[in-house]
Amino acid sequence: MAEFERHEYDVVIIGAGGAGLRAAIEARASGLRTAIICKSLFGKAHTVMAEGGIAASMGNVNSKDNWMVHFRDTMRGGKFQNNWRMAELHAKESPDRVWELETYGALFDRTPEGKISQRNFGGHEYPRLAHVGDRTGLELIRTMQQKIVSLQQEDFAETGDYESKIKVFAELTITEILKTDGKVSGVLGYWRESGEFVVFEAPAVVLATGGIGKSFKVTSNSWEGTGDGHALALKAGGNLMHMEFIQFHPTGMVWPLSVKGILVTESVRGDGGVLRNSDGKRFMFDYIPPVFVKQYADTEEEADRWYTDPDNNRRPPELLPRDEVARAINTEVKAGRGSPHGGVFLDVSTRLAPEVIKARLPSMWHQFKELADVDITKQAMEVGPTCHYVMGGVQVDPDSGAATGVPGLFAAGEVAGGMHGSNRLGGNSLSDLLVFGRRAGVGASEYVAALSSKPKLEQAEIDRALASALAPFKGDSKENAYAVHYELQQMMNDLVGIIRVGAEMREAIEKLEAMKERAKHLSVAGDTKFNPGWHIALDLMNMLLVSEAVAKSAMEREESRGGHTRDDFPTMDPKWRAIHVITSWDGSKVSTERQTLPQMPKELAELFDVDELKKYLLPEELAQLGMGGN
Amino acid sequence: MGYLASMRIWRGNSEAGQLENHKVEVGEGEVVLDVIHRLQATEAPDLAVRWNCKAGKCGSCSAEINGKPSLMCMTRMNTFAEDEEITVTPLRAFPVIKDLVADVSFNYKKAREIPAFKGPENLKPGEYRMEQIDVQRSQEFRKCIECFLCQDTCHVIRDHEENKEAFAGPRFFIRLAELDMHPLDQLDRKRDAQEEHGLGMCNITKCCTAVCPEHIKITDNAIIPMKERVVDEKYDPLVWLGRTIGRRKAD
Repeated sequence: MAEFERHEYDVVIIGAGGAGLRAAIEARASGLRTAIICKSLFGKAHTVMAEGGIAASMGNVNSKDNWMVHFRDTMRGGKFQNNWRMAELHAKESPDRVWELETYGALFDRTPEGKISQRNFGGHEYPRLAHVGDRTGLELIRTMQQKIVSLQQEDFAETGDYESKIKVFAELTITEILKTDGKVSGVLGYWRESGEFVVFEAPAVVLATGGIGKSFKVTSNSWEGTGDGHALALKAGGNLMHMEFIQFHPTGMVWPLSVKGILVTESVRGDGGVLRNSDGKRFMFDYIPPVFVKQYADTEEEADRWYTDPDNNRRPPELLPRDEVARAINTEVKAGRGSPHGGVFLDVSTRLAPEVIKARLPSMWHQFKELADVDITKQAMEVGPTCHYVMGGVQVDPDSGAATGVPGLFAAGEVAGGMHGSNRLGGNSLSDLLVFGRRAGVGASEYVAALSSKPKLEQAEIDRALASALAPFKGDSKENAYAVHYELQQMMNDLVGIIRVGAEMREAIEKLEAMKERAKHLSVAGDTKFNPGWHIALDLMNMLLVSEAVAKSAMEREESRGGHTRDDFPTMDPKWRAIHVITSWDGSKVSTERQTLPQMPKELAELFDVDELKKYLLPEELAQLGMGGN
Repeated sequence: MGYLASMRIWRGNSEAGQLENHKVEVGEGEVVLDVIHRLQATEAPDLAVRWNCKAGKCGSCSAEINGKPSLMCMTRMNTFAEDEEITVTPLRAFPVIKDLVADVSFNYKKAREIPAFKGPENLKPGEYRMEQIDVQRSQEFRKCIECFLCQDTCHVIRDHEENKEAFAGPRFFIRLAELDMHPLDQLDRKRDAQEEHGLGMCNITKCCTAVCPEHIKITDNAIIPMKERVVDEKYDPLVWLGRTIGRRKAD
């Protein structure tokens, strides 16, 4: 085997979005030599697409807010399926993570007192999202990017080399995690342009690779969302959890076709936008589920008063958690009350003055004007559900981000599971990236410090990984990866999509077996030098693996909860609340296992009304908490 | 809907290349990037193109369309006549890697040469107070998606490779302006812009502003005000005195 580029680092971070960069900052602060790897150019990661804001209970707009209220909202949003410890850490630490961004140079919108402004969002009791218009993700990624650069400047001043402690490897894809004696010892990847392989020797690897949306046809995710980290973890012997929980964001563009799925921020609704069907009816009033009747208005009058007087009125039902709104839209369209291109109408033009719309939703105005010839200050938008986010991910230790079962492997952000339970609240993603990105950086540093010696990389392990990366050139069929990918996306959308049913999922699992077989024989033309056909063939392997985990987890869970809705089990069942569906991989197939969720401690349970807990918890669980009697 | 567009796509690498003609199907509402992708999935599987969000938010798919620096994802096909020939070439101011992909590392190098934001030592996280009206000016520049179209079109470097050493380019003038106008930044950015980054070489032809997909008024709101204040500072004896004694920022 030819010699190739080799590097040695203390920690390799895969992914350069918010979580990866925050982990890198922390790892370097602990003295680790850190490599950051991104599939795209530095600063282009999918975090850039986040629009609405970062949830943190700073209490700048409503002083009643605090971490306990945020914790409660997060658990409610996730229908109590969340890992309580992660939800607790997240709620407690997110204000510090946001304030820290200001010291890095971030410029959030301000309140009249000059503090960071906070906006309303679905599922959050108080205005909680720090934001910059509707381009908060751009501000976050640029701030983190510039912070990394500033650290490199400090290192330059000290060592004369910008890259002595942190180096960014852009446009490089990792294909395997390498292990020695059961521990992480490095990774193998390839430069996307040259196709040349690179080996990184490192005792710790942080996965921060984001989501899996590209397995679905209609998605807000870019080409990068192929579930690489989820697949890398499975292949390395880690577990995934909660893979049945997929968030379909209620409002994606539906027209033109070429932009179908692109996100329309929830801020449109947070700022006053309403959803109407083809009869002109604000239909969300018909879809308030029993668990939420106390928090949501049942008349338009009350809902409209809430924007100016939130203390004395209940919230508009357009601001229900995303899973509820997405299902409602899906039902309206199926009932024939949809818009001309198969969505519903989202209207802000009759609700806010044109100059307010342009100031608060500048990129939405721009996006619709330039891509759909729609002026949102004058016309309603057409929107429909789009695959947006996977709640499921690598099973990790809540405090350190350490992946279960793989010493040296860590995960943070969308690729990690547990934090959001069955459904993520808007705005909780950016804060998740920062809170758990930092924690994974600390976790990796402590792990490396405690090692008596670094695991030595073995040539056989490198050769194994190399052979699997080159396999697509050895296939014997004429089939191309684009075709299989296209079928996979359509199939996942149709059979494991927003509404699921047992028979269809069984069909999906069978079809996935057939696709896996076809994928083994794919043949890619040409060589490894910038070859999108080869890239997609490798990405496809990841997508198939992750899709199998999604379909099998969804088949396993016989109830409807959050981002998992079954027509054959249409209600939420408290029996399933404490059960986590865990998936692992044995080299040829994914298998599922049920694990019991750790019970939340009494002091956290007491943040809720007993009556509310009764909707989610079993009597014996309440009794264990000493809350059963009343 | 549906017609065949005549596309002329630049294919090649750092050594040589040429325009290749392709007829490609176009669907309703599509953008140039859709057509490039269709070509990739059909006739030209090894066509190199850089892209990411496909929504005008990440600034990856920069190229020149009929000679105009543009984002491929935001250029609608219906802005061209159906029988019009559409030529797509890589960014000209930067070296080609392959086909439509240019080596934009120049920009990352320049980014590292601009000292980072430096906040006040006496304020802890959470204590920053700034007025909306004051942050707004810098926020305009922070809308930048780093597509580098302004850098590509700027004739100071587009036609003069030798200027790249001394000239940071419009993207970094707005970065400097953003820091200069940041209510809490502690460093002197104007002098830095003039002396270290070649602000004086810009002769305000506004080409950068014309191509900015975020409609940032690069010349009017960043470059000209910076130039004016550099001049004020240079020739104002009080400012000169203040700076010489080295006590505080000029303004």
